[in-house]
Amino acid sequence: MSDRLWSAVFFLGLFSASCLAAETLHEERSLYRDITVTQEGNRRCLVFNVHRGDRNQTCMNTADPERLVFEYAKMTFAGLLLNPNPQSILIAGLGGGSLPTTLTKLYPEAKIDVIEIDQAVVNVAKRFFDFEETVNVKVAVNDARVFVKRAGLLEQRYDFVILDAFTGDYIPEHLLTEEFLEEVRAIMSPDAVLVANTFSTSRFYDHESVTYQKVFGEFFNFKLPISGNRIIIARNEALPPRGELNAVARSLAPRVEAFGVPLLEYPNRLSTRVDWDMSRRALTDQYSPSNLLRDN
Amino acid sequence: MNAKQARRPNNQGPQAIPSLLVVSAAFVSGFCIMTIEMLGARIMAPYFGGSLSVWGSILTVFMLALACGYLIGGKLSANRPSLLNYALFFLAAAILSLPIIFFADEIMRPIFLAVEDPRYGSLLASLFLYFLPTTILGMISPYSVRLLVENSDHSGQKAGLLFFVSTLGSAAGTLGTSFYLVLWFEVNEIVFGTAAALALIGVVLMIAGTRRGHANE
Repeated sequence: MSDRLWSAVFFLGLFSASCLAAETLHEERSLYRDITVTQEGNRRCLVFNVHRGDRNQTCMNTADPERLVFEYAKMTFAGLLLNPNPQSILIAGLGGGSLPTTLTKLYPEAKIDVIEIDQAVVNVAKRFFDFEETVNVKVAVNDARVFVKRAGLLEQRYDFVILDAFTGDYIPEHLLTEEFLEEVRAIMSPDAVLVANTFSTSRFYDHESVTYQKVFGEFFNFKLPISGNRIIIARNEALPPRGELNAVARSLAPRVEAFGVPLLEYPNRLSTRVDWDMSRRALTDQYSPSNLLRDN
Repeated sequence: MNAKQARRPNNQGPQAIPSLLVVSAAFVSGFCIMTIEMLGARIMAPYFGGSLSVWGSILTVFMLALACGYLIGGKLSANRPSLLNYALFFLAAAILSLPIIFFADEIMRPIFLAVEDPRYGSLLASLFLYFLPTTILGMISPYSVRLLVENSDHSGQKAGLLFFVSTLGSAAGTLGTSFYLVLWFEVNEIVFGTAAALALIGVVLMIAGTRRGHANE
């Protein structure tokens, strides 16, 4: 009994110590969530719904802001192996803006559209994470589903699409469905590549994989042991052979090295192996109870 | 003496309104209102997104429709209330729910094209999709009260019972839909289920109303 009490006291102490170590720079309650910006040493992080103990949305090393902190952000650049020279980029979900900031440094000529539903996140990204809107980098404060549908009607095309829209919880349900992915596919140019950031969580993983496969056919599944993220890399055409990926990686690796992206390691990690239950039901606008599925 | 008069209709057997039937019907209508409302956001998300304003549109339209329904239902209940009219409300609500299943895209697409701001787009789409069936469902509440009330002494008590039961139905519809039904069925299947339940209640009420009519002859 007293052992348990002491360990409780110990963990409580540890917990409060860890809270104290991270200084809170900014807190605000937006229409959608509680946003907190914390700083711990050189590490500055954007956190959604901190009171529920949710994970960091994005972090920046303030001593070396160029260098990407999170593994998933680096992994996103594996998409470049399939299209090394994107000219029109669409990013759903801004966070701290590390993806558009890095991509515009890599490709200053490329037009980048970022969709972010929450104006408060845009403000915080600009104020604390060095995110800038420029002639080529534009933010639309909108729902990604609405933006993509309208872009389709206007016959806009993108050659690099990143799906990275998260609430504090997971990807919103209407951005997970077969119909949405079809709408995304419709605004992708023939050589375009889609990169979707997802989690490698258990039961939901199967439904999600089945849905992507239904829309895009075979796709690259990209996981690293050090990350809880699973990056889906898909395109309209058939996937390129591994030799081609290695060649692109060799030529592109020096350019992304400054951002901390170990691109040369990535080609061998891209897998087409089906590691999910193919009998699961695809998610559709009619059937997308993802928040319920995930807990089971 | 008043109390004696009040009890009289109940003793007349076939003429009495079967209150269990009315109470059950009110429960089902409360359930169906919230089932459709909960699914409203899901139905509109593909066109108008999942932002807070979409919920705002849906709730606004439902409140407006219910307000109108209460007014109209109350008015109609003053003029020779009958189980047959009551049954027609349920059948009408069932039929007016069907466009949510069969014409949702046809209704939302032109609005999406015409209105760029998703706030007003979703408000307009909610009006077209949900206003009519919800108004009819709103009419059921005051009409149910009228069918149950036999004298003014008990009117508040009967109204209280009906609000209790129909709001309980709404709570059940909200929880049932958001926790379980979306996991078991497709959105359209659930809407179809509510329309079928309303139609079934309508038919049962119609049979009960017809029998009562015959018994009165």
